[in-house]
Amino acid sequence: MRKRVWISSIVLILLALAAVFLSLWFGARIIPFRDVWSAVIHPQLDSYNTRVVHARTVRTLFGFLAGAALGVSGTVMQSVTRNPVADPSILGVNTGAALAVVIGLVFFNIARPEQYIWLALAGAGLTSALVYGIASVGASGITPIKLALSGATVSVALGSLLTTVLLPDTDAMNSYRFWQIGSIGAATREHMLLLLPFFITGLVLALLLADHLNVVTLGDEMASSLGVNVRIVRLLASAAGVILCGATTALAGPIGFVGLMVPHLLRMMTGSDVRVMLPLSALGGASLLLIADVIGRVIGRPGETEVGVITALLGAPVFIYVIQKAKVRSL
Amino acid sequence: MSENMVMSARNLASGYDGRIIIPDMTMTIPAGKISVLIGANGCGKSTLLKAFCRLNRVYAGTITLGDRDIRDYGPKEYARSVGMLPQSPAVPEGISVRELVTRGRFPYRQPLKGLAAADYQAVDRAIAVMGIEAIADRNVDELSGGQRQRVWIALSLAQETDILFLDEPTTFLDISYQIEILELLVRLNRENRTTIVMVLHDINLAARYADYLFAMKQGQLIREEKPADIIDEALIREVYGMESRIITDPVYGTPNVIPVGNPSLLRE
Amino acid sequence: MSPDAARRRRRWNTAVIVTAVLTVLLAGAMLCCGNTFYGPAVVFRVLRGEMISSASYAILQLRLPRMLGAVFSGMAFGMAGFVFQTVLRNPLASPDVIGISTSTSAAAVFCISVLGLQGIVVPAVSVVTGLCVSLIIYLLAARNGFSHARMILIGIGVQAMLGAVISWVLSRTSEYDVANTMRWMNGSLTNARMQESLTVMAVAVLGAVFLFSRREAMRLIELGDAYAETLGGNIRRLYPQVIAAAVLLVAFATAAVGPVSSVSFLAGPIASRISGRSRSTLIPSALAGAVLVLAADLIGQFLMPARYPAGVITGLLGGPYLLYLLVTINRKGETA
Repeated sequence: MRKRVWISSIVLILLALAAVFLSLWFGARIIPFRDVWSAVIHPQLDSYNTRVVHARTVRTLFGFLAGAALGVSGTVMQSVTRNPVADPSILGVNTGAALAVVIGLVFFNIARPEQYIWLALAGAGLTSALVYGIASVGASGITPIKLALSGATVSVALGSLLTTVLLPDTDAMNSYRFWQIGSIGAATREHMLLLLPFFITGLVLALLLADHLNVVTLGDEMASSLGVNVRIVRLLASAAGVILCGATTALAGPIGFVGLMVPHLLRMMTGSDVRVMLPLSALGGASLLLIADVIGRVIGRPGETEVGVITALLGAPVFIYVIQKAKVRSL
Repeated sequence: MSENMVMSARNLASGYDGRIIIPDMTMTIPAGKISVLIGANGCGKSTLLKAFCRLNRVYAGTITLGDRDIRDYGPKEYARSVGMLPQSPAVPEGISVRELVTRGRFPYRQPLKGLAAADYQAVDRAIAVMGIEAIADRNVDELSGGQRQRVWIALSLAQETDILFLDEPTTFLDISYQIEILELLVRLNRENRTTIVMVLHDINLAARYADYLFAMKQGQLIREEKPADIIDEALIREVYGMESRIITDPVYGTPNVIPVGNPSLLRE
Repeated sequence: MSPDAARRRRRWNTAVIVTAVLTVLLAGAMLCCGNTFYGPAVVFRVLRGEMISSASYAILQLRLPRMLGAVFSGMAFGMAGFVFQTVLRNPLASPDVIGISTSTSAAAVFCISVLGLQGIVVPAVSVVTGLCVSLIIYLLAARNGFSHARMILIGIGVQAMLGAVISWVLSRTSEYDVANTMRWMNGSLTNARMQESLTVMAVAVLGAVFLFSRREAMRLIELGDAYAETLGGNIRRLYPQVIAAAVLLVAFATAAVGPVSSVSFLAGPIASRISGRSRSTLIPSALAGAVLVLAADLIGQFLMPARYPAGVITGLLGGPYLLYLLVTINRKGETA
């Protein structure tokens, strides 16, 4: 068992490094390998190619953080809801964040990232609470179906509200349609520095809760009888999940399915120990996002196809596979 | 194993969702014995069990462990004395037997520290007692019902509590696994003097394996004693609303309930 | 008939009559109201063939197609919602949520914005896309035995994926077309033309007749697949037939007026609440759908601070009601 974890860790570290490298190398313009290498080793050399590599560096670092945040968020949400289909796009959390940002944009002219990131977090938090609350009504508790339906319904409801607010304001509508596609292309150094503290907070919180989450996966009653305060753990873990995906969504737009895919793919390699899964899902999420971004840049030449589209196209089949594999009774 | 502490309820009122299922219950759980709660569906036996495990609210009265009110214990402290196996615990994906049993050590874990030698020993002991060394590295979701139940009980064993509550531990198992589990619990009780309290659906299995029976009806305790002393036709009529004959089990010597419906239907 | 049964039948009859009357009234209102108000008398004369300068144009060329589009797409959405909710045994599983409507709109939007197509190609492509996607979802869900839980979840996943595609299309749309595209995506009846409205009418009527013939078999489904089969419901043939009918209804209606959100969602539960469960909810759902679309469009045109497409209104009014429904259904444990 231990050996599996070591092997998986090494594989993921290598994968993450490869993804970072690919992200610096590929793109709308192919930069020769030696130029990338020299840009990395001799950053002070000024040439056109070096500058392109430097620009890609910001994008790569931001993408790394964003992917890591989404990966960890997915692991946390799936453990805490004991639900294989928990993902911010399925749960409507992305729509909630979007609605909050749009309201800020249209009514309060809030357009700076440092400001609207808090709105996105608030929107994501409230939506999670709503979706979770609705899904937990009823004797059968939170089944995957109830959670998914609750998320889809809330998403539709909030989506209408969003359109209502947006439709009369053409400028806002114009900016919104670019934001809502989930991309790391417009990331700046400021965005990255803004995301970093949220990422660290969410990750640290999740790591502190890892042992408790391991017990919560055994069922609420079992967890209580083992001495876990289920309600508080659930609240804190959800907060960690929301902070991680809310902040990412605010800065990059809604990127779905990363949080869904990463835990499932990881579990096949490493088993269900949350303590192991958390750091590895950071690496896995980062790799996944960067690779998806590279694919998008290559496919969409001379422009790019945004990463949100690629993750959705990749993620839906994985999602379907997960559902096929699950026992019907457990849905 | 430390001194067995006595648990008792005094004028307990408990329930859930704001409904009071148990209006006024006073009883003592005999230490070091196997007690079984029986009764018809909805009589409150699971509710009572959960109240003892702090899963249902106490609306009035008290439950004490030793001489302290159970509400005074911290969560991990209580978990070191009282363990519970719920009716349908969730099996996480891709988890091995050993890993699952190790989760039972949670009440002993220090925050931010790994597992200690004592933890590993407790897990090994639990696995040995339950006879699951051979499957210790297999995934739990691949096991049969009986094997899985052994694993859950091993988890509770690793928790090293004086008292173990089990909510219908045999309900979904084949008859052979039911007997196997019940006999394991008896061994546990005889060798470790663990107090065992369980809810059982089957009156005959309850009569065979219990040292004490607690018969409930509509949230009230109507009889408590050794099975041989209390199982009679009147009790069955009162608890289950059914006519019966009581015979003595030819193998175990315990009371055996024969339900009587309408025999003339089957005689052509 | 026992008094109880008679009472329940009367309730159903009343519900149908009331919704039918409402439909006619609202349809009439749609013909009367607009930039210029024409009284009912004028409307009648125009409909009977009289030529009255501007009134004829406004009523026959602008409002009539819109009204027909609204009524029959409403019926189509309502019936489709009813079918999915019955087959999937879940009052909240409507084509809106499990990717059917989204696939049709994604196809339409793709054709209009990216390929620059117009005319009959658009509805044709949408319908075909809708059918294909539903078929794929159905087949995926039917492996190892059909599971409605699986179908719902797979549909939700497909919806999320197609949502990304739609976002991508929106980001590629030229600035001038964005407002229009977004309006269409929210069910705007403004661009409803006679040809499409008549098509929807034909499809809705045919669909209604077909589903009506299957209504008793569909009532059996509520008891569970096992029962439905042993009582002679012939599930294996019924499911694909009615699902295909429902998808066609959604596809044509969406191609005509855009995806009017939530109508499929709402029509069924609203209909069962007012007409009771004693008889098939097919007709009440159709009528409820028509009323919803008509009312939403009228409200969106005349009663809001800005002009909003019907879909936004249904979404706005539907949202809270949906959430309320979700909570009550969960509480009663009716979800699959």
